[in-house]
Amino acid sequence: MMGYENQESHLYASKEEMESLVLDDDSPTGTAQPFSDPLSSSSSLPFAEIPTDQSQTPNSSFNSILEPPSYAEAIFRSFDADHSSPQLNGAHDHSIASPSSPPSSDDFLTITVSDPQKEQELSNSLVPGGTAYVTYLITTRTNLPEFDGTEFSVRRRFRDVVTLSDRLAESYRGFFIPLRPDKSVVESQVMQKQEFLEQRRAALEKYLRRLAAHPVIRRSEELRMFLEANGKLPLVRTTDVASRMLDGAVQLPKQIFGETAGGMVDANEVAQPAKGGRDLLRIFRELKQSVSNDWGGVKPPVVEEDKELVEKKQKLHDFEQQLSNVSQQAEALVKAQQDIGETMGQMGLAFVKLTKFETERAVYDSQRTRAADMKNVATASVKASRLYRELNAQTVKHLDKLHEYLGVMLAVNNAFSDRSSALLTVQTLLSELSSLNSRIEKLEAAASKIFGGDRSRIRKIEELKETHRVTEDAKSSAVREYERIKENNKNELERFEKERHDDFLGMLRGFIVNQAGYAEKMANVWKTVAEETSGYAKHGS
Amino acid sequence: MGNGVQAYISYKVITKTNLPEYQGNEKIVIRRYSDFVWLHDRLFEKYKGIFIPPLPEKSTVEKFRFSAEFIEMRRQALDVFVNRIASHHELRQSDDLRIFLQADEQTMDRARFQETGIFKKKPADLIQIFKDVQSKVSDVVLGKEKPVEESTPEYEKIKNYIFELEDHLAEAQKHAYRLVKRHRELGESLSEFGKAVKLLGTCDDDALGKAFSELGAKAEIISIKLQKEAHHLLMNFEEPLKDYVRAVQSIKATIAERATAFKKQCELAETIKFKEIDLNKYRLTRSEKLAEAEREYEMLKAEGEETSRRFDTIVRLMNEEIVRFQEQKTSDMGLAFHEFAKGQARLSNGIADAWRSLLPKLEAHSS
Repeated sequence: MMGYENQESHLYASKEEMESLVLDDDSPTGTAQPFSDPLSSSSSLPFAEIPTDQSQTPNSSFNSILEPPSYAEAIFRSFDADHSSPQLNGAHDHSIASPSSPPSSDDFLTITVSDPQKEQELSNSLVPGGTAYVTYLITTRTNLPEFDGTEFSVRRRFRDVVTLSDRLAESYRGFFIPLRPDKSVVESQVMQKQEFLEQRRAALEKYLRRLAAHPVIRRSEELRMFLEANGKLPLVRTTDVASRMLDGAVQLPKQIFGETAGGMVDANEVAQPAKGGRDLLRIFRELKQSVSNDWGGVKPPVVEEDKELVEKKQKLHDFEQQLSNVSQQAEALVKAQQDIGETMGQMGLAFVKLTKFETERAVYDSQRTRAADMKNVATASVKASRLYRELNAQTVKHLDKLHEYLGVMLAVNNAFSDRSSALLTVQTLLSELSSLNSRIEKLEAAASKIFGGDRSRIRKIEELKETHRVTEDAKSSAVREYERIKENNKNELERFEKERHDDFLGMLRGFIVNQAGYAEKMANVWKTVAEETSGYAKHGS
Repeated sequence: MGNGVQAYISYKVITKTNLPEYQGNEKIVIRRYSDFVWLHDRLFEKYKGIFIPPLPEKSTVEKFRFSAEFIEMRRQALDVFVNRIASHHELRQSDDLRIFLQADEQTMDRARFQETGIFKKKPADLIQIFKDVQSKVSDVVLGKEKPVEESTPEYEKIKNYIFELEDHLAEAQKHAYRLVKRHRELGESLSEFGKAVKLLGTCDDDALGKAFSELGAKAEIISIKLQKEAHHLLMNFEEPLKDYVRAVQSIKATIAERATAFKKQCELAETIKFKEIDLNKYRLTRSEKLAEAEREYEMLKAEGEETSRRFDTIVRLMNEEIVRFQEQKTSDMGLAFHEFAKGQARLSNGIADAWRSLLPKLEAHSS
């Protein structure tokens, strides 16, 4: 938006001319400048949080003839405060039509991110000097019972946020979990840049507020620890768990038996998705399974039954595509609104200069009359230009909902793929069981032919039967997990549909009211000028 | 009419009059742009000092020349041009105007071909005239020559006013033109937005889907309003502004004529003075060149008087014309401002109404 900034400074450069105009109307000022939202999947989208305090050109004489902080700015602030959560703070500013929400309960969880600080990582013996990183102050206000306090702060770095996000993804499979901000390749120079820090701060805040808005996740232990636990974040990353240190040569049963002191590892761990690098063999197996699923060799006993689900997924996919298209056109619309406002303002200023010129050099009354007429038009143009700017700032806020839902769709896709991978695990275990069964049968058949038994075979059969038992447990666990995820999917989908319905209707309403409101204001500005110049209409050519 | 490069647009000029000099009450002739140029140039040549109404520009871009909008704009401007001439108390008496309004096409073509080159002043020439004047001025500063440009405060005032006015007006007109474009662009993007929203609406068959579809349809309707207003803005606001700029340029041309006439006057005065010196010399020496020199001297004096007379006429006319010009422009711009404001109010009201009409339906969808 650099072009816009340049135009702005040009617009305000000849402030002295503006001073001689009496702007008697209460047209509020718009001071917004859009930032790009780091949460967007396509980084070029201009929608974003609009910082409320924007330092303007330092010409104080301009500010002195401007009206006091406007209604529009007041709207900004309240919108920002309760922007992310339809369920927080029952107080909504309906005049700007924030998403219409169901009547909220009295509990609240308000999070603010502020004060980026550079800190030094303590040097360990290997790395002299240590590396620098940034921490942010996370301030929480809440009355939720899970928390120890009502108002508290902690310092966290971005890496902690990644950890939180990863842990939530593991614990809440099947849920539509808001996506965390992107990591970026952070060089030490970039880290110091004010703009980057502000962008990241805003993105983190948005993310945490979205988490706090999710009815289930807001009550999670992971979030609580992140927000409340002092000192180092006590969330452990599961890839650090010792049992995962087995290399790729391990067989599935070994994975279950594991090397941990506690003996057998929880079958539930098996039900967790295979993580890259550590469970190579398991990944191989599941891949083989999914391939055999696709090639339709043996029909897996657990079929993804839901034709309804398939339809639903298709519909969501279509919705996502159209949404993306609308989002792009919305971006173009915002640009066009901005442009017309700028040009209107520039033209107004040109007429201001003309007016001054004619007034100074006037010899004839006709010139003075013309200068007066011109001044009216100039003033009106400048007012209209401001109105366009405000209209646009509000438009961006409303249409930001589109962009937000593009993010939600990503979360939905993640939740569905949680389900698919859980199903794949079940299917893998089922075919494992089936192959175990056939091996046992074969061995038993062979062993029975030898009178007195075949010692080694019998031992083998017993081993296999033991493996079978364990695998059976793992399968049950995996099925439970799959069912759990399915249930989560279902509930989340319901919640999503309802919220989508409400949010978008709210967005549409807000957009329409905004457009209509500003159009009316503009009409009034021009009506006055039309009336003042109506005398000329009588001797029109 | 015509083909390819030869193709041109012809305009019908309808004259209704009760003036005795004209044959009949009503006459219709066909004229092309270069005929209008001929008329303009003839008037400029004959009526020095009067601000000849300006012509719309020649268009150099080939494909634009035949666009409906360009033709309409030009037609409007040419209409204004002829009517201004016809309502000017001196210009309306011009023979050339009569030829233009009445002559058959062959006569017109012949008249036009006769005039090529001799009287046309290209814009470059105007600049050259002023450059000459300015170089003379610097020569004066260096003590080389006497000044040949008027230096009266009134003249300076008018000249500076006109030159600066052109700059200011040109800037305003530039932005006005851009504003027309912005209206069109906003209309287009709103239309695209509407189409995309309508498609989004097809994803749901419930209230939300309908709401999207209605919004999309409304956006397309509003887009049309914007395009209409863009056209209105172009014809009724930007064009008058452009016309104002042209008028100021026409005044600059008249100022150039005045400067030329003044220079001629000064040069002749110089020449006459030298001639006087020669005459006195001849008288003293009783040279036989005296008689001829006396004759030449008389001729020069007559020419000098004629030149002065012409210059004074230009000054007098200009002073009258300026008053008329200021009044005319106040009324022209007043109307343009009115149309502009009216158009904007109409557009905004239309937009507000259109959006508002969606709200009851939206309420119904929400419940």
